[in-house]
Amino acid sequence: MPSAKFQIWRGDSHQSGELQEYPVEFQEGMVVLDVVHKIQAEQQPDLACRWNCKAGKCGSCSAEINGKPRLMCMTRMDQIDVSEPVTIEPMRSFPLMKDLVTDVSWNYKIKQKIKPFKPRKPDAPDGSWRMQQEDVERVQEFRKCIECFLCQDVCHVLREHHLHDEFIGPRFFVYTASLEMNPLDTEDRLADLKEEHGIGYCNITKCCTDVCPEHITITDNAIIPLKERVVDRFFDPLTKLFRMFA
Amino acid sequence: MSDYESFDYDVLVIGAGGAGLRAAIEAAQSGVKVGLVCKSLLGKAHTVMAEGGMAASMGNVDDRDNWKVHFADTMRGGQYLNNWRMAELHAKEAAERVHELEGWGAVFDRTPDGRILQRNFGGHRYPRLAHVGDRTGLELIRTLQDYAVHQGIEVHMEQTVVDLFKTDGRVSGAFSYDRELGRFKAFNAKAVVLATGGIGRSFAVTSNSWEYTGDGQALAFRIGASLIDMEFVQFHPTGMVWPLSVAGILVTEGVRGEGGILKNSEGRRFMFDDIPPLYKNQTADTPEEGWRYVIGDKEARRPPELLTRDHVARCIVREVKAGRGSPHGGVFLDIAWIKEKINDSEAHIKKKLPSMYHQFMQLAGLDITKEPMEVGPTTHYVMGGIRVDADSQMTDVPGLFAAGECAAGLHGANRLGGNSLSDLIVFGKRAGEYAVKFAKENGDVRFDAQEAKASGQRAVAPFERVGGENPFTIHHELQKLMQEKVGIVRVESELQEAIEELAKLRVRAENSAPNGNREYNPGWHTCLDLPNMMTVAEACAKSALERKESRGAHARADYLEKEPVFAKINHQTVEADDGSVKVVAIPTVPMREDLQEIIDWQQK
Ligand SMILES: Cc1cc2nc3c(=O)[nH]c(=O)nc-3n(C[C@H](O)[C@H](O)[C@H](O)COP(=O)(O)OP(=O)(O)OC[C@H]3O[C@@H](n4cnc5c(N)ncnc54)[C@H](O)[C@@H]3O)c2cc1C
Ligand code: SF4
Ligand code: SF4
Ligand code: FES
Repeated sequence: MPSAKFQIWRGDSHQSGELQEYPVEFQEGMVVLDVVHKIQAEQQPDLACRWNCKAGKCGSCSAEINGKPRLMCMTRMDQIDVSEPVTIEPMRSFPLMKDLVTDVSWNYKIKQKIKPFKPRKPDAPDGSWRMQQEDVERVQEFRKCIECFLCQDVCHVLREHHLHDEFIGPRFFVYTASLEMNPLDTEDRLADLKEEHGIGYCNITKCCTDVCPEHITITDNAIIPLKERVVDRFFDPLTKLFRMFA
Repeated sequence: MSDYESFDYDVLVIGAGGAGLRAAIEAAQSGVKVGLVCKSLLGKAHTVMAEGGMAASMGNVDDRDNWKVHFADTMRGGQYLNNWRMAELHAKEAAERVHELEGWGAVFDRTPDGRILQRNFGGHRYPRLAHVGDRTGLELIRTLQDYAVHQGIEVHMEQTVVDLFKTDGRVSGAFSYDRELGRFKAFNAKAVVLATGGIGRSFAVTSNSWEYTGDGQALAFRIGASLIDMEFVQFHPTGMVWPLSVAGILVTEGVRGEGGILKNSEGRRFMFDDIPPLYKNQTADTPEEGWRYVIGDKEARRPPELLTRDHVARCIVREVKAGRGSPHGGVFLDIAWIKEKINDSEAHIKKKLPSMYHQFMQLAGLDITKEPMEVGPTTHYVMGGIRVDADSQMTDVPGLFAAGECAAGLHGANRLGGNSLSDLIVFGKRAGEYAVKFAKENGDVRFDAQEAKASGQRAVAPFERVGGENPFTIHHELQKLMQEKVGIVRVESELQEAIEELAKLRVRAENSAPNGNREYNPGWHTCLDLPNMMTVAEACAKSALERKESRGAHARADYLEKEPVFAKINHQTVEADDGSVKVVAIPTVPMREDLQEIIDWQQK
């Protein structure tokens, strides 16, 4: 069996913590989460980490593997260099709870502030709606989001500038886009995007898109079109004029 | 040390998967105060993993479909051990519940005329599963979650319930710890809805997550509710078998719904070799007819790969045992072959089965648009569970309701794919509705503070055990035992051994101990999970021992056939005087005449 040295962040909310080293042996095909579980079962039963599906579907097992935000369950051991110690750290943009578990409750609060889906009245004879596949495809891309919050973790506006009070982060631009571009939705979220949700802080570095395990093109497909809508509404002189008389 | 914070609710919902969220929404909309508790973060429950779709006879793809056909399919799939009233309600109400989701923001795949698209699945006569690619569960849970957070429900995430309270013969609340710091919360509630999911963590090869430790079943059982049908555990025919570390992860039936075929090492489509009499006239005679069915020819019949899961799983086991398996002990599931039939099959597969494509690409380094997958059975779902009243979902304990996978009745001896997600929304809604009704009619109740104190003491007891055993070791042994001796094919001697060994494991579990402290400590959590897992494992093994026949998901090597006496019996699990698990046979309720007529007419 091949072996590796795992350096895992150990700590809790009282003490800042440090990397601790655990030697492990692993089998062919194992993912990082398997190795963390192995350490937990055999050496450190109180080692904290989140997981549920082990198949990249629930977005629970987010961590920073050798400094890169990734899902532990979708990172195969044969994709990483084990000649050096492998570091596993919690997401750094959120407060630490314990070991690899962070307090992501901020994300749930943000979502609650975004105006919910508001459909137009059903207009098909059977009391439902008709929508064409090509019209929902765009929204379906955004709805693939598994809420792993890796994009939030990597975005410098949150990670380095800590603008959590003024900026909702890429995940919630994706969410807003999924509502705004839903063919049935009638709500208007553009003023919020500009004023409350800080879309202007995003300077399109695309780091979020790079880490998204669902391969959602966050920047190009969600953020940029939303920015355009905001610009059209608030900065385009003609629209402004029209609104004044409308 | 056993201090707790108290909360008061009219309705407390335990579990935030599809069933729990739907119940909480229903209750909150009637204006009562609702609390919702779950072990993981919101949106991470098992429901998120469901892939293929949810069954509802909307008839959008084939207008011959209606609730009667769905009802008959469900009953046939369950070998008529189902609670027929639940099967009726489910078939009648599923379509409305699915439409409702669209109004709450769900975005399903569409038919060419713009309606909700439906796909083929095993045991369903017509294309019936509303879906979003192969991530339907994500769509369902996200829709409910995003809607629920605006209904004024109080949510307690990462909070695990360890005891239910009972006062004056009715349920009165629950006791729990939070994962973060191990602090206790006690909930007073006039009515409680359990929506805690399944038991799959008691088996070694499983598609189920750490959450599936049978908590709801065990919690209800301990305060006097009975369980039924616990011998019926569904082994899904297609789990991954390689690499070893991902063994058990699900490969959706949607692969076969889209035309995927099963082959053995000799390249033979072995599913054509054994078609059960009950399905003979619904199943294709030739591969060519099967393909026509897949592409929507209404004259064609289903390919045998879409027979019910119990049967497909057993055929796979047979091939492997006969030495015709794949290199890693499974069989081949091939979707790539459809390139012979359609242009641009690669893009088609990626569009229809995107997460399967990624799953195999990333975890096994295999491109399913080019090569066959290796698959084998995996523990997936428990048909059995808490006994409930069909209409209200109330358990044997007044004020205690159960819905979703933790409840039993709808699926009988075998569940059809897609019938779970629809189960969640149909009966989740009903449980919420009737819980409110109960709360209003029966008024206030208070749990006994002494009991809460005792719960707290029990919960911290593992820390006081000196020299206790590693709980993970006991868990692994339990999984191995259940897999080997109470698995896909069972036999009397092994079941008896399993029951004896379970008793020993139970003693060891009582002496399991964690290291560290109460903060986010999986070792401690496992110590508290173990007794629940033991209870459901024992209920399963003992019920399996009593059912001396092979029916649905329950297969016995020593009783290969169905036995008429057992056709009219459900096994009920009750608490014996000494607190152990006892199984009694209860007769099934004769079916209402009009429903029987539907069955007879559908048989033809
Ligand atoms: C990989 C996979 C694919 C599937 N695909 C399909 C499909 O395509 N179609 C289909 O119909 N079905 C499918 N199923 C089955 C279906 O997904 C499940 O049966 C269903 O989602 C269960 O929903 P639920 O609401 O009953 O429970 P869950 O969604 O599992 O939710 C249980 C909830 O209870 C909570 N809980 C449990 N114990 C406690 C406790 N002690 N204290 C507090 N909270 C607790 C959990 O935290 C969780 O929130 C699939 C299952 C799997 C595993
Ligand atoms: S593109 Fe915008 S949202 Fe994404 S990481 Fe960069 S600044 Fe953040
Ligand atoms: S957008 Fe992508 S990276 Fe961000 S939370 Fe969703 S899935 Fe994760
Ligand atoms: S465990 Fe679900 S995404 Fe990793």
